[in-house]
Amino acid sequence: MSGGPTPGELMVAAAAREIRDGDLVFVGMRLPLLAFCVARATHAPTAVGLFENGVVRDTPALEFLVTMSDGPNVTGALWCTEMREVMALMQAGRVTLGFIGGAQIDRFGNLNTTWVGSPGRAVRLPGSGGAADIASLAGRHVVIMAHERRRFVERVDHVTSPGHGSGGDWRRRVGLPGGGPVAVITTLGLFRVDAATGELVLAGTHPGVEVDAIRERTGWPLRCADPVETSPPPTAEVLALIRRFDPEGFWTGDRG
Amino acid sequence: MSKVLPLGEAIRRHVPDGASVLLGAALECLIPFAAAHELIRQARRDLTLVGPISDVAFDQLVAAGAVRRIVAAWVGNVQHGSGYAFRRAVEQGIPRPLEVEDHSNLSLALSLEAAALGVPYLPTRSLLGTDVLARNGRLRVAPCPFTSVPLVLVPALAPDVAILHVQRADADGSCHVWGPTGVSAAAARASRAVVVIAEEIVAPEVIRSDPNRTLVPGFLVAAVVHLPWGAHPSPVQGHYNRDHALYADWHAHSATAAGAVRWLDDWVRGVPDHAAYLGRLGPARLDGLRRRVSRLAAPVDYGC
Repeated sequence: MSGGPTPGELMVAAAAREIRDGDLVFVGMRLPLLAFCVARATHAPTAVGLFENGVVRDTPALEFLVTMSDGPNVTGALWCTEMREVMALMQAGRVTLGFIGGAQIDRFGNLNTTWVGSPGRAVRLPGSGGAADIASLAGRHVVIMAHERRRFVERVDHVTSPGHGSGGDWRRRVGLPGGGPVAVITTLGLFRVDAATGELVLAGTHPGVEVDAIRERTGWPLRCADPVETSPPPTAEVLALIRRFDPEGFWTGDRG
Repeated sequence: MSKVLPLGEAIRRHVPDGASVLLGAALECLIPFAAAHELIRQARRDLTLVGPISDVAFDQLVAAGAVRRIVAAWVGNVQHGSGYAFRRAVEQGIPRPLEVEDHSNLSLALSLEAAALGVPYLPTRSLLGTDVLARNGRLRVAPCPFTSVPLVLVPALAPDVAILHVQRADADGSCHVWGPTGVSAAAARASRAVVVIAEEIVAPEVIRSDPNRTLVPGFLVAAVVHLPWGAHPSPVQGHYNRDHALYADWHAHSATAAGAVRWLDDWVRGVPDHAAYLGRLGPARLDGLRRRVSRLAAPVDYGC
């Protein structure tokens, strides 16, 4: 408990701020799950979390989770049902927010979790899971990922989870009902999306991170908001909550 | 008539070489790992594996050379990310080439729902504009005949057999499940045969005491296997928790092809059956995974 916040903890705190009270949130695992727990316990007491296995919770799980199907995520749930039912809520427009992560992202927020590289020299990744569905169908979604040059590319090698496609009104043209990405939270900062062009714009940096460090690790000409804000560090309360839900730093990293 | 069979016999009868077999319908819980291991022990070949996300059961079957094709939304190790055996098979053809039909969770669920409903396809608004759609080969886009909005048409998929792990079943296969069920109900109705693996075999009256909890009625079930701990290392609500250490162990050993084979020789091929596998885990490890607290549901009154 001694050290300052890890990049993982800064990301969780930033993700929690994206959750509004009353949101129906398609949660996923890892950092978003922690963010949901933090938001519920602070500013979003009526947010409800949906998991693709069919669990729906309006209270945080009692213990640390490695997967959404672990026993403590089921005990005390609001609803345990089928995947079809939670996906139906999302396709019918009732899910206001979803979280996803990825291996590769581009300037329009398209995500790749399937193939990286060129034919013959490619790396096979696990695939979509529910991420493409969240990106297609949720009212809005937030991406969380590590900020590295090889991950932030001009154009993803494979569009697994749709962002704003080639920009502008691409989502409307292809017929996607969900609103698309509104923010990308990275290990270094926070991007928002230009509503007109669909492009990622650097809106904030985590404490101690310079804009140039982000520019070096971004594979397209970086656009910056004016001004680029410094994200507020997590409050003591938020940090304590993160450490309660991830006591060993399994998801949020070594705290020194 | 009782459909109860030993695991080895149920697998021999209902999962031949070349079969398409659905595993992991409930996602990270209730994964029929013992059945997957029995398929490896019986040296099954040319399987098509079907499932939404797989966790490491698919990775282990791929490492064993049992798989020709995978139809899934996600293949890997939920706790650690990549499935090394899956990567080696797809990228390098080790131990043999592997075809993959990529889906999202919803498109995989809908392909089973369509078969369960007896219709040739179901539409969705997911995946439009993605390469998952463009490269899948079976999904199609067509305008809605009523509103003209573009829809993805997901064709029906009927696996040869679904293997489902459940908390309790009667000897005819009617079974109760609690906790999240993922695509289990659709998988049971979509598949040509269902093998139920149960922690507990109960009297038919127990199933009939709570018919809303019945996942699959017995008339859809081909075989029942009584196998406590048959989902280990995945969790079974009310019985045992997830054995995270085993997933980490597989992740470490499967980093190389030789390491994966050694692990399978050690834990699967080198033990004659599931009882011997449990013996190898040891009572102390199993005790550490057992349900720690009891949370009974409030009873409901089905009286009239």
